[in-house]
Order: sequence, then C-alpha cells, then structure tokens
Amino acid sequence: MKARFGIVVFPGTNCEMDTYHVLTRVLGQDAAYVWHQDRAPDPYDCLILPGGFSYGDYLRTGAIARFAPVMERVAEHAARGGLVLGICNGFQILCEAGLLPGAFQRNRSLRFVCGWTHVRVERADTPFTAACAPGQVLRIPVSHGEGNYYVDPETLARLEARGQVLFRYATPDGEITPESNPNGSVANIAGITNEQGNVLGIMPHPERAAEAVLGSEDGRLVFLSVIRYLSEGRAVRV
Amino acid sequence: MRYKAEVRVTLKHGVLDPQGATVRSALAALGYEGFEEVRVGKLIELWLEAPSEEAARERVREVGERLLANPVLETFTVQVAPAPAARAPVPGRPAGPGEAGGP
Repeated sequence: MKARFGIVVFPGTNCEMDTYHVLTRVLGQDAAYVWHQDRAPDPYDCLILPGGFSYGDYLRTGAIARFAPVMERVAEHAARGGLVLGICNGFQILCEAGLLPGAFQRNRSLRFVCGWTHVRVERADTPFTAACAPGQVLRIPVSHGEGNYYVDPETLARLEARGQVLFRYATPDGEITPESNPNGSVANIAGITNEQGNVLGIMPHPERAAEAVLGSEDGRLVFLSVIRYLSEGRAVRV
Repeated sequence: MRYKAEVRVTLKHGVLDPQGATVRSALAALGYEGFEEVRVGKLIELWLEAPSEEAARERVREVGERLLANPVLETFTVQVAPAPAARAPVPGRPAGPGEAGGP
C-alpha cells in the first residue's frame, strides 16, 4: 500500500514541489499539498513541512508560520504519534511551535550557506533512519542563513542521553569535526527528534539529494525509512 | 488612551552572538579600540489603545512572550509611555503608517 504524505505549504515555502516530485515520481507514493489555512486536511500518514522562507522569515525564522491554522493539525497529528518531518525552514517552524526543542541563530559565518554537507546517522532504529546503517554518512546539501542550532547545555545533555540526535555534520569519513560544521550548530547537530521519536527536524535537504542526476541519492534513505515504517502498519493517520 | 510601547529583545546572557562578534571585529578593523563586547538585539515599537498604562504593559508583555521573543535564545524588556492621539486619516488618501498614528 502506498503511504500518503501531506506537504504543508506556507506563503514563502519553496521546496514543496521538489518534495512532491521525490515522493510521487521517484518513490511512487501518494502526496498532496496542504495549505497553511487548512484546519482540517485529509488524513495523511506523514506530514512534511518543507523548506523555504515562510512569511519572509520576518521577526525570526518560523516565528509567524507556527501560528498558522494548519499548525494545530500538525500538533494533533504529532500528539497522536503520527509522523512529522520538518526540513530546513520546516525544522525552524517545529522549534518555534515547541514540537522540537531548541532555536536557530544566524550561521556563525553570517553567510548564507548553500552546498554539500555530510551527515552521520547516529541511530538507525527510528522511523526516519531505519533504511540507513548505523554510523552511515549521507551526502546531502544544506541551504540556509539561519541554521545555527542552539539549545542550552542542560537540554543538550538530555537530548544526547535520550538519543534524540539523529544526524550530525561530519567529514566524509564520519568524523565529527568543527570544520565539517557549516553553521556553528551545537554538537554539530543537523537533525533531532522529539522525545517520543515521531517528529524529526533536519536542516539539510534530503529531497534535493534523491536522484543520481543531482549528485547524490542518499536523501532517499530518509523518505524510504518513513515509507518502510508506515508499510509495517505503524501508521497513525491524522 | 493611546500608548507607545518599546520592546527591546536581547540575546540571553551566555548565548554567543555571531552578529555582535562581527560588528566588534569591524570596529577593531576601523581602529576603534576598547570595545570589549558588542551584542546586537532588536527594538520593536508598537502603538496601542488600552484603558491604562498598566493594562498596555500587560498586553505588550503577553505578545512579547508569545511572539516577539524566543525564550530559548532571547529575553526582552517593555517600556510604555502615553502617545499622542492618532490623527484622523486624510479623506481620499489611504492611511499611511505616519497618518494612522504610527511614528
């Protein structure tokens, strides 16, 4: 059975078509766009908040989007154990909404970074990484001005202890070094889940690295993990 | 009564400020010595109607907590003062920020 993905679109979102393309044309799944004003979207197995510049990133990235009507549904879906995946700006929105811990600052360089990064998979026993090998290094691009992830030291210790860090910026060999960190994120964090493990925020763009012609197929593994998890009947529909 | 509020949003103590650090090194490059630390924040001005100054402050504090500052990274202070009454918009012209009672 195909999995059904809802791709949430805010004014200023710009990665929704790439995400739709990968899910439907590349991976053969069902997907539909969900408008930010939609309070009652159709049932979806997984809601995706794609990248972009929702509401122009005014005030702070994700600060306005998190009050959009659709976010109530996203929170309900997450509370019931449904899968939610925030990519880049989607990650920022989930943090602002309190569905994920932490916040984002300007990149340490103060430059917009756009290019390939390597991320190490810290756990392969989650809905978002089950198709990966533990410690596998994925080549996925980033594209952001405010990707500098911050949590206070106590929260960071809790995240680490509970295994909520799923992806870390690394060298191609999987070493965690300051040089492989493109934005200054604490502990080289590139992706985290909530405590329950059903909400993921990831800064690099897996949807931009899902076809060989684009230079990498590694991003597919994130979506394939979700599809596998859902096909095992662990779906919770909105 | 009409009030003007100023919300000053600053980074929490201990949070690194990449913008401030860059401004500081720019100052040093221009030959200005002695600036030990520079931190960049935001000033948000709001005009509102409220029954009292205290009520206006409460209301601004509430939006500060909900929207204007992110408690993970930032803190904020609120200053409220009475503001002159809004001028009526000029007929036939759309009210610009200056006329609808802005600055």
